[in-house]
Amino acid sequence: MSFLEKMMLIDRRWIYLSIGLAVIIPVVVQFEVPVSVSPEVKKIYDFVENLNAGDYLFIAVDYDPSSMAELNPMAEAVLNQAFAKDLKVIIVTLAQFGPGMVEDLTTRLAAAHHRVRGEDYVFLGYRPYPAITIMLMGINFRVPFPVDHYSVPLDSMPMMRDIRNFADVKAVIDFTAGNTADFWITYGVGRFDFPLAIGITGVMAADYYQYLQSGQIFGIIPGVKGAAEYEQLVGFPGKGKEQMAYQVIAHSVIIAFILISNIAYFATRKQKQQLGGGR
Amino acid sequence: MKREIPIIIVGVTGVVMFFQYFIPTGWSEFIFTYGQDWVMVIGILSLPLGIWSLVKANVLKLKDPKERFYSAVLLAGFLAMVLTGLKRESFEAGSVFMKLFNTILIPIQATVFSLLAFFIASAAYRAFRARSVLATVLLITAFLVMLRFIPLGPISTANLGAVAWILSVPNMAAKRAIMMGIGLGAAATAIKIILGIERTYMGRD
Amino acid sequence: MTTEQAILNGIAVFLTLCIFSFLYRDNPFYKFAERLVAGVATGYWTMLLYHTNFTDKVLTPIFVRGQLHYIIPALLGVLMWTRFSKKYAWLSRYSIAFYIGISSGVTITVTLYTFLFKQLQATIGMPITADYAGINTFLIVLAVVSALVYFFFSLPHKGAIGTVSRIGIYVIMIGFGAGFGMTVMGRIALLVQRVIFINDYVRGLVAFIGGS
Repeated sequence: MSFLEKMMLIDRRWIYLSIGLAVIIPVVVQFEVPVSVSPEVKKIYDFVENLNAGDYLFIAVDYDPSSMAELNPMAEAVLNQAFAKDLKVIIVTLAQFGPGMVEDLTTRLAAAHHRVRGEDYVFLGYRPYPAITIMLMGINFRVPFPVDHYSVPLDSMPMMRDIRNFADVKAVIDFTAGNTADFWITYGVGRFDFPLAIGITGVMAADYYQYLQSGQIFGIIPGVKGAAEYEQLVGFPGKGKEQMAYQVIAHSVIIAFILISNIAYFATRKQKQQLGGGR
Repeated sequence: MKREIPIIIVGVTGVVMFFQYFIPTGWSEFIFTYGQDWVMVIGILSLPLGIWSLVKANVLKLKDPKERFYSAVLLAGFLAMVLTGLKRESFEAGSVFMKLFNTILIPIQATVFSLLAFFIASAAYRAFRARSVLATVLLITAFLVMLRFIPLGPISTANLGAVAWILSVPNMAAKRAIMMGIGLGAAATAIKIILGIERTYMGRD
Repeated sequence: MTTEQAILNGIAVFLTLCIFSFLYRDNPFYKFAERLVAGVATGYWTMLLYHTNFTDKVLTPIFVRGQLHYIIPALLGVLMWTRFSKKYAWLSRYSIAFYIGISSGVTITVTLYTFLFKQLQATIGMPITADYAGINTFLIVLAVVSALVYFFFSLPHKGAIGTVSRIGIYVIMIGFGAGFGMTVMGRIALLVQRVIFINDYVRGLVAFIGGS
């Protein structure tokens, strides 16, 4: 068996080891990666930046620990910007482990920006069935959430006094790893027509550009690269930017894998054809 | 009684909710709000079915010597969360309940999904080959999208423009066509359900 | 890093490594972590549903605020539990029927509006001009139509239809390729986060031990 044929049949665990080593390299050798900002990310930043202190921003933290690597950095960057601009933030989660994600985000960031729960931000909580929850919030936030996540009635909070539904917030920004983005677009924008932007995982990123072109959403933060771009715009270097060096090495290795396997494939195919064994 | 009444309920509620969209009056909104709110309450009460099934299955597995330890681990994890989460304040940062969430649930769930990085690398190596013209088109597109991450000076600048075009023109068009198909399919299925043609949701007698 | 953080994060690192051990082969450490997380996740969700959903949307409305109309959906919800009985399982269909009927009625309009009308409007509503944007608009129309033709099986894919359908499959392949490229980023991000977590812990632990 030739070397190339052996390369074609390499045990998967060698590939695993290569990827494992690739993501360890930046731990030892640290380097900066330039980040260029894409228009779909800049649009969200500009929108939030142009809001006035006291304006309301609605943030949906629709992800679980399984995708927090990509979505936490972007949610953190947007919340940092919102708190720094003194916006009033309403947060909800439609993911079953989302409350844990929100608790972590708000505890850290509210403390850093000296923001008070119930006065500067409110966490409505979690409800199952995203489509129904979104539609009910479109009528009145109080229908699905008579009290917030901590049992405080919404009417007792000064910041929620004149706030009824999506018509009273400047925009909704949804950070999601699943089809919740579709629910926000279909049952939210489709029925109540409010400005919506989404922060999504890399896996989903290519699937939402049609909504951007049709104007159903006004911006996309795609995956961890989008998060790094947003962090750069906001000026809070976080986990998104930190990930970029790792991404460079890992992508290089995967690209090398694709090249090697294709070279081996074509070389062995040619050999087989010459021997008359191939098609 | 067993099949006819559910079909009538589906038909009536479906038609009412369909026409409600076109009649934005106070009464119509009232029906919409209560209809949705009721569905949410029904849903909340039906979710424990899954929890009960999981717990029951693992209690039964305690009798199996091979599975006993792992089922006990599952039940111990479940009970630990239930007991530490009895108070509503347990959901606030710093509670034992949230510490268990942060120490056990976050690292395990995040790591389980991180295994996919290894699998996708393996898939890229084994299956991502230019076997045909179509496969080559797919491969080149993926290659260019991945190449965005590697700083290559002027090549990167040109590639960024190319990828932006790919995402916003052919990729967008492909996903739009798929999305239109999904939209038509979803609407057609909903109509079939309301008209009583599609009844699989009822299961068997 | 406090002693408590050192212990708790140490457990988190151990569980992370338990899951990674699956890469070699299935083993008891992996199974242990897998079952543990299933139990913890179910326990978390149970209490979340109880405190923030069952209490807020069922118990409080009926027993505290006296909104007695909530008794009707509550009873329909309880009917779902008849699924455990072979004899009375059919009663749960009443509850499912409300859920399915209401969801289906709402879905038709918004789905057609979002997935069809808005997408069609965005495809054909743009002017085709003799500049870069105009060329892209033309390409979008061509690509969307050809991809739709590829999925249209009521006519044989021969002649002109065949040619358009062939263009369609190339467009779809570009879409899938872009999706794969983005997916790699997503998957790597998940792994990198765990590597950063372990690295931060080890560095913190070394500093903690060195400082104490």
